[in-house]
Amino acid sequence: MNDSDIILKVEGLSKAFGNKPVLQDATFTQRRGTLKVLVGPSGGGKSTLLQCINYLIPPDQGRVWLDGRQINPKSRRELSAYRQEVGMIFQDFNLFDHLNALENVRIALLKVKGMAKAAATERAMAELARVGLAGKADLYPAQLSGGQKQRVSIARALAMDPKVLLLDEPTSALDPELIGEVLTVIKDLAQAGITMIMATHQISFSASLADEFLFMEKGRIVEHGSPAELLGKDCCSRTQAFCAKLSELAGDAGQ
Amino acid sequence: MDDTWSFVTEQVIPGLNLGFWATVQLAVPSALLGLFTGIVVGVLRVYGPRPAQRLANGYVSFFRGTPLVVQLFCWYFGLPQICLFIESLGPVMGVLNALHLAWVPRLLVLSPMGAAILGFSLCSGAYHSEYVRGGLMSIRTGQIKAAQALGMSPMQTVLHVVLPQAVRRALPGCGNEIVYLIKYSSLASVVTVNELTGMARGIAKSTWRNTEVFFTVGVYYLLLVTLATFILGWVEDRLSLPGFERRRE
Ligand SMILES: Nc1ncnc2c1ncn2[C@@H]1O[C@H](COP(=O)(O)OP(=O)(O)O)[C@@H](O)[C@H]1O
Ligand SMILES: [Mg+2]
Repeated sequence: MNDSDIILKVEGLSKAFGNKPVLQDATFTQRRGTLKVLVGPSGGGKSTLLQCINYLIPPDQGRVWLDGRQINPKSRRELSAYRQEVGMIFQDFNLFDHLNALENVRIALLKVKGMAKAAATERAMAELARVGLAGKADLYPAQLSGGQKQRVSIARALAMDPKVLLLDEPTSALDPELIGEVLTVIKDLAQAGITMIMATHQISFSASLADEFLFMEKGRIVEHGSPAELLGKDCCSRTQAFCAKLSELAGDAGQ
Repeated sequence: MDDTWSFVTEQVIPGLNLGFWATVQLAVPSALLGLFTGIVVGVLRVYGPRPAQRLANGYVSFFRGTPLVVQLFCWYFGLPQICLFIESLGPVMGVLNALHLAWVPRLLVLSPMGAAILGFSLCSGAYHSEYVRGGLMSIRTGQIKAAQALGMSPMQTVLHVVLPQAVRRALPGCGNEIVYLIKYSSLASVVTVNELTGMARGIAKSTWRNTEVFFTVGVYYLLLVTLATFILGWVEDRLSLPGFERRRE
């Protein structure tokens, strides 16, 4: 494996709230164009890990490299530059409620990247078209369905040309009939070679796309491997047991 | 009846018109400065560093906790006392003289209008900051995280994400405060500003016709408040967005 192939490297990320450790020694490397999937029980530390990666939650310990460069979170300028290269998708969308779809996608292009308005608008429209929402550009979050909101938030992240996209249970807050449209977009991104780390309970969907599964429990990555290794029929991994239980409970909502 | 009418049109209205302009000159700058102060203080109270939060909270408790009349007396009669005290300190004045700054203590002597505007702005700002603070705290932290994740600085996040929403949420409360300000601007007469109420009192005293005078001055305030309500409603409509609709009572 070529070193320049590695886009993201995370070493020893740890976080405790009070004296309760919620993330312990998370370490992994990720190659360009791959999809890593975080699975595990609620409270296992998936969201904490994702938010420690872009320092939305400052980790107590650990280091992060993007594209071979170590991140210095103490420098505001460096942190901002780094965050521009790491897109984030949240479970509850977190669109800016006072901006319409176009403005949501455009605001960071204008204010953070300093792009000219015409160019930023053109770029934002292209990203909205990519997620199938070109016709909804002037609707406000209050006027969009959950699935549409999540697609706007994906467009907003993509407009920044991120090197890595972090997705924290992007479909968990959606009504079942709206999950499909978001999964379709995510599948397109995976096939277009966007590097992603996604926490999700959509097991069968992600098994077909993921390069690696990370199973997290009690703040630790306890297992990792390809979907085939961890989910094979006669495999007795913890991941397998957890996923079997999920599909039993949900009648496999991943389908 | 005829007599009342000619009394009102010939003696009351000309005087009150003068007072009306004084009230407008008092209320408009005070409303704008108060709103500005309220926004700055509200932001500091929620997002400022700890010492700034303390200071801002102290400011609000002080101005909400003391009568406005007392505050006005302090600005108008109290500050000049401090000026005199400084001027009585030989060494201090020596230094100021050497620096050609001997005029600086005189800045503490305010005109009646200046003292009133200062007093109203500071008092009104304390109340505005309560509404702004409520508006700020209603913005979900998720949106702030999303802004940071896009690389926005804390300043950009407040400016482009938090404030535009907080202002919309605070607007009805701030509007009420501005309506109150118009009415409590009548207190400026205690520091000798001849605004509406001051003029009315003067006319009533010299003519002994309280009923006509104070009824007429009531109509003036009603007009002012109606006008302000109309402008505030227009602003609210202009800022209204889906999800931030104006709540019509
Ligand atoms: N701000 C916080 N303060 C205290 N505890 C927290 C905070 N955020 C998360 N936790 C705790 O950290 C643990 C991991 O949470 P999280 O990363 O959200 O897990 P997951 O995303 O896998 O469900 C949970 O037990 C949660 O209660
Ligand atoms: Mg989570």
